[in-house]
Formats: sequence, C-alpha cells, structure tokens
Amino acid sequence: MYKYDQYDQSIVDARVAEFRDQVERRLAGEITEDQFKPLRLQNGLYLQLHAYMLRVAIPYGTLNSKQMKMLAHIARKYDRDYGHFTTRQNIQYNWIQLDQTPDLLEELASVEMHAIQTSGNCIRNISSDQYAGAAADEVADPRPWAELLRQWSTFHPEFAHLPRKFKFAVIASEEDRAAMRLHDIGIQLVHNDAGELGARFFVGGGMGRTPMIGPMVRDFVPADDLVSYAEACLRVYNRYGRRDNKYKARIKILVHELGKDEYTRQVEEEFKHIKTLNLDPPKAELERITTFFQDPDYDLSASDDLDLSDPDFAVWVNQNVKAHKQTGYAIANISLKPIGGIPGDASSAQIDVMADLAKDYSFDELRVTHAQNIVLPHVKKSDLYALWQKLDEAELATPNLDLISDMIACPGLDYCSLANARSIPVAQKIATRFADVGKQKELGELKLKISGCINACGHHHAGHIGILGVDRKGVENYQLSLGGSGAEDVSLAKITGPGFDEDGIVDAVEKATNVYLEQREGDERFVDTYRRVGMAPFKEALYD
Amino acid sequence: MTDIFSLRDDTPVSELPVSIEEFLGGNATAVRIEVGEDTRQLLPYLDRIALVEVSFPAFTDGRGYSAARILREAGYNAELRAQGDVLLDQIRYMHRCGFDSFAPEKPLKADQVDAVLKRFDAVYQSSMDGQNPVWNLRHGG
Repeated sequence: MYKYDQYDQSIVDARVAEFRDQVERRLAGEITEDQFKPLRLQNGLYLQLHAYMLRVAIPYGTLNSKQMKMLAHIARKYDRDYGHFTTRQNIQYNWIQLDQTPDLLEELASVEMHAIQTSGNCIRNISSDQYAGAAADEVADPRPWAELLRQWSTFHPEFAHLPRKFKFAVIASEEDRAAMRLHDIGIQLVHNDAGELGARFFVGGGMGRTPMIGPMVRDFVPADDLVSYAEACLRVYNRYGRRDNKYKARIKILVHELGKDEYTRQVEEEFKHIKTLNLDPPKAELERITTFFQDPDYDLSASDDLDLSDPDFAVWVNQNVKAHKQTGYAIANISLKPIGGIPGDASSAQIDVMADLAKDYSFDELRVTHAQNIVLPHVKKSDLYALWQKLDEAELATPNLDLISDMIACPGLDYCSLANARSIPVAQKIATRFADVGKQKELGELKLKISGCINACGHHHAGHIGILGVDRKGVENYQLSLGGSGAEDVSLAKITGPGFDEDGIVDAVEKATNVYLEQREGDERFVDTYRRVGMAPFKEALYD
Repeated sequence: MTDIFSLRDDTPVSELPVSIEEFLGGNATAVRIEVGEDTRQLLPYLDRIALVEVSFPAFTDGRGYSAARILREAGYNAELRAQGDVLLDQIRYMHRCGFDSFAPEKPLKADQVDAVLKRFDAVYQSSMDGQNPVWNLRHGG
C-alpha cells in the first residue's frame, strides 16, 4: 500500500489548516455561503436535507486497518455511529457539524487520509478495480497509475474549476469490475507489441441524465506521456466544455457534440504542444510508487484445499469468495447488503470488526468496491472458515455477492437534497421480497441498481435491472429499465414503459425475473436472456 | 477603477486594455480576453504586449486558468492580470497558472494573500510558477 512521505503529509496537513481558516472565515461572516460553497465542496462537504454530509476519499478504494479504524472512530465521535460506503469507493457521513469538520479532517490526516476533491467541479477521487493486485487476469496492478494520477490531480491549478465534476477510473484487466467506460476518463492498462505497459484512454463516458459509454480516443499512451496526455484531455474540456447549462457540462456532452474524431484531434494537437513543456514526472516516480504495491509476503506453501462441510460456510464461499492469483489464497467479499438493510451502510462496530479481520487475515488491507461492499483481498484459504465465523457474528456474512439483493442504491430522498424519490425503502422491499437465498441463487448474477433521481448516483443506467425514482405530480414514481451493464459488456439500460408506485415496482421486478426464468436458455444470466429475447416479453408481462 | 494587486516588481500597466478584435486591428499594447475567446490568437504578438487582462465573470468559470497557462507556456512574461470575481481562495491557483496581478471586484487584503500563497510549500504538479513539484524533489531533480 502507498505510504505518505513528508511531502504528501505536508500537503494534506496544509489543507487541513487552510480549511480551518476557511471555516473560521465562514463562521465569522467574512465569506458568503455562495463563496464558501465551492470551497467546502472541494473538501467533500455537502449541505444535505438535514445536515452537512462529509465524503472522505479512499483513493482507488484501498485502505489499511488503521485507516479503517479511524473511519469507525469518526462515525462514533462525529456522526451517529455509522458510515455509508459509496459507489465512488469512498465513505460518507451524514450528520456532520460544520464547526467540527477541521478537527475531523485533522484526525483523518493523522492516518494519511483526507476529503480533498471528493466533490466540486474538479478531478475527483480516482477509482479502480477492487481486486487490484489479487486478480489473476490483470496485466499489472493498476493502483500505481491511479496513485500517480491522484497526486497529479490534487490541487491541480488549471483544473480546479472545470465545467463540471470529473471522474477517472483505472483498471488493468479485460474484465471490468470498475465501470471504467462510464467514467469521464476510463483508463485500461495494456501491453503494446513491444511488451511495454501503457494506458488505453476512453473519454466521455458517464451516467447522469444523459448516459454515454466512453469511446476510445487513444489505444496506447506510454507511461512517460500519461500526465501530458491527461493534461491535454482536460485542457480541451476546460476550454470548450459547456458552461451555459450544468446538465450539459460533463465532458461526455463535449465529446458527443464535437464527435469523437474531432475531440481526439484537438487533444492530440494539445498533447503535441504540452509534451514539449516537460511536465511529466521522472520515470523513477512511477517506479517509486510501484514499489509500494508489491505482493504481500504470501505463504508459498499454503494449501489450496478448503473444507466445505459446513453448508452455510459453503454457501458463503460459493457466492462471496473469488479466485486469487496466488495458490492457497482467496479474495473474500464482505457484503454490506443484509436483507432489509441500507445498501453500503456499516456501523462503527462493524467497521472495527472489518479492520481487525483485515489485520488478522488479509495482510492489513481492505478495499471498498463501487458496488458498496468491502473486500479482504488476500485471505489464506485455511483462514476462510475462521474469517467467515467472525463475519457471521458481526452480521457481515450475507452470501449475496452479485445476486439481486446485492443492490447499489443512492441515499435518495431520505438524505439527499437533489433526490425526487426515496431509494432505500425500495431497496429494502425488493431485498425482502427475494430474501430466500435459494431463490436469489436461482436467478444468478443480477445487478439491480436504484437511483432516487435523474443524476443516477445509484447507477441505474448500468443495472441489469435499473430503477429510477421520479416525482410525478408530488408522488414518488419508479421507472423500470432493463439491460444495462457497467462491466466489460457495457451497455445502457432501456426503460420498459410507464413507471410504478413503491409497491408496484417491487411486483414489476419480480415479474421481470419471472420472464427471465421462463425464457432463459442454458446458463444465461438475466441480462443475456434480455439481450437475446428483447424487451417485448418483459413488456407484455409488466403491462398486460 | 479597481485597485490592482500586483506580485510583480514593476508598476502595473495603467493603459486600459482593449478587446482582442481591437488589438488585432491596431497598435494597443494592453489586451483583454473574455471567457470563451481563443487566447492563442495573441500568440503571434506577444512581443508587443505589456498587459493581458483575463476576465473572470464568476470565480467558478475556470477558463481563464487555461488562458493564462497558454500565454505563459508560449513565453509571455509581461503582466498577466486576473480581473473580476477574483477571490482570496482562488489566488493560489491563479498564481500557479501564471497570473501575477489581480484586479478583484472586492479588494483583497495583502496579509491574507500572502498567507494563502505561502500555505502550501509542496506541490504535486509542474505549472507556470516555477515551483519544483515533489516528483522532481523526490528524485533529486
């Protein structure tokens, strides 16, 4: 894992001091709320329906047990004893007092954490593959590249006031576990013919009210050009991205309106110029960062055998444990989606438990996933049973990874000032309807995603089943869509037709799954069947 | 006229800047760039310019940062002024992009500007203020 040196620490410490000064000036009335807003936003502090919400960055979703413990401590001391893990691989606290935020940030800084650029119209936290460093299918660990981009983008002076927010994802596998092509810039690490590692750039993806799949603008950017190329992509956007309408201000609209070819031409021209300025870091810097992401000290004689005689353990292993690149090890997923719970929420006590388990069983490392779960990336197979028992005691052993109850849901109208409808109760009702694990397993991989408004924080466009909450004449109404995916088979879901009320949407989801069960062939997943048979049979079942 | 807050050693240019259009058709030495205008139109004439004023109609409109960088990257080294909604908390970014004079709508306090500019003694990326980024410092550069 990356460790701060004196420079990283001084920058984060200076930021805490700066924010303390900004909060003091705000509380003293020296700056207006309008002037303070972008400052607090670039520090992850939102004003929500009931209180301030603080979003803490977890760069590329990786953290250690000490940091995880700090997140529990903050939940206990500054919030109401829980935190909410988000689709940006971050954590949010919903009940924060403005005057306490400088102290909170100071505590975070003591464990090499911050809330820098977790909101606002700037480059946000860089996301990545939650299995980085553990997956057998990656060409390299993507996190050194993500860390380099984190540093480059932190307080970037030219790109602090972009037309709109800007999100990067970096992956290094053909299998996309990070919804890479639904980011403003998606990067896939690949080898070129000479065997060198480089970055494939996809620009202009995104969800929101106009979802787009990012087209590829360059198939290979060498490591030495990474920063210059990113600067060029951002500069063209900063200069020409729309600022007249915030709903058309994301880079996806610019790329779409210019066309991929013209956008690419402008980027390449800008890149040719920027490359002459000698802005790229020395080669040794990426090498330095990479040394922090070496394999942990695996027990090379660890056995690959696993005793599955306990049937409940076997169900959990079968669903939540994934193959590791190292013989004798496994990747353990901790579901934060208990039936009837709030997707992504964890209590301070649970966060502490996960921290302890990471220390005891996973080389002190945890990951947050964009699907709002936690991963222990390097668990010895012989430790899995003990791990599972402890998770079970803490109500963290729900065996539903990638099943219908493993939903992504935004905070919705229960918390969010932008929402039109509640997401959480719908998620809870659907999970309860499908509570039986056998029934869920029968449905297989089924990614259900719920957003409480058109901004799509709940990724409904990328759901095999997507649900969008809207306000229809003062009544919450839910639109159903089918066929989306945020994975390597990326696609955007299509709306089935008129929306449903809160109970109606739960019935509609069940009807859609029944159509799948009737129509499926072989080992097709829900989304495969939908793609083969099309919308018609689903519409018929839903509306006739 | 608004007070000019300058970080330069010379006196701020007092000539009233003209529009790009007027500049291109005449002999003015001070020119103003509005948001959305292409700064690169000025590049052939940098030798004769004593002042470029870049408009910030709202501090949230960050196009002026790119305008400043483009001028400095092309070797422009005369006065580069940010005018408009220029606030204390944006000064550091502006300075890093190459601005060295400010015409804020609401006056800035010198001691506060000084504190803001000194707050961070390390930066992660190269820009136009000459500050050596940490990725060079880490490797003896």
